[in-house]
Amino acid sequence: MNKEGVILIAEDDEGHFELIKRSLQRAGVCNEILRFADGQETLDFLFVKGDGPTREHDKEYLLLLDIRMPKIDGMEVLEKVKNDSELKKIPVVMLTTTDDPRTIDRCHKLGCSVYIVKPVEYQDFAEAVRKIGLLLSVVEVPSIDGMPKAKGVLQ
Amino acid sequence: MNKDAVILIAEDDPGHVELVKRNLWRSCVDNNILPFKDGQAILDFLFKRDDKTKRDEKAFYLLLLDIRMPKVDGLEVLRQIKEDEELRKIPVIILTTTDEASEVNRFYEMGCNFYMVKPADYTKFMEAVENLGTFLSLEGVRVPLVDGVGAC
Repeated sequence: MNKEGVILIAEDDEGHFELIKRSLQRAGVCNEILRFADGQETLDFLFVKGDGPTREHDKEYLLLLDIRMPKIDGMEVLEKVKNDSELKKIPVVMLTTTDDPRTIDRCHKLGCSVYIVKPVEYQDFAEAVRKIGLLLSVVEVPSIDGMPKAKGVLQ
Repeated sequence: MNKDAVILIAEDDPGHVELVKRNLWRSCVDNNILPFKDGQAILDFLFKRDDKTKRDEKAFYLLLLDIRMPKVDGLEVLRQIKEDEELRKIPVIILTTTDEASEVNRFYEMGCNFYMVKPADYTKFMEAVENLGTFLSLEGVRVPLVDGVGAC
């Protein structure tokens, strides 16, 4: 992933977010990191809606996505992202406590890039995120054009 | 990753296959690794058109896919996998020498899970595969079961 690429983290638990951020940085990931506290904020950013921050033209993004979140959950975010002809290119890493085969199945069918169950122990969690950092250092991420192209998304 | 998941490698260069295998093992990936010499061979395996080596309906798979291969190339393999209702669940990691942005774009558009460039430098190539392996050996990584027959 290029240094200019931005890592988006959709995570309602602030403690988890801090841990993820710190562990990524410890793994040498120096990309910009943005946090979204729920699915709605994530979608508003990606689909360029609402008053909050929105994504920029021709930039690389990668999304770390929790499943259980207020307002809109991670599964719905994944579905909306993967149904948009432009946004679908964004690699989505599911990072969740949910270890249910049906959910794993569904997320892969929808097109998540990888599904990871959050370890319960603090130390293991930090180690898992460090390994995600190693992966990010060796993969290419596509840049996303300015506007979403899905029908009905633009007002 | 699930210990019983099988890592499939579609790669026409036997030297690269060996290098990938060795470095995955080095990073504690102890999954079975199955090599395929071209795009046709991997498609035959996945769509169960080969009598000798067939996909097992009770197994978990992950595919490392080269782009430039004889007979059928990586793009076509990816297209067929991602268009199939069941097979599309298989995580496909592109492992290639091409680092053009347009190619990266195209493969993500087609639904590849990750796109990774093989560094030209031998040591860097080993390191990159080792990083990938360290990630894959992560216990929490879940690969889905692919059942049924490929519907294509």
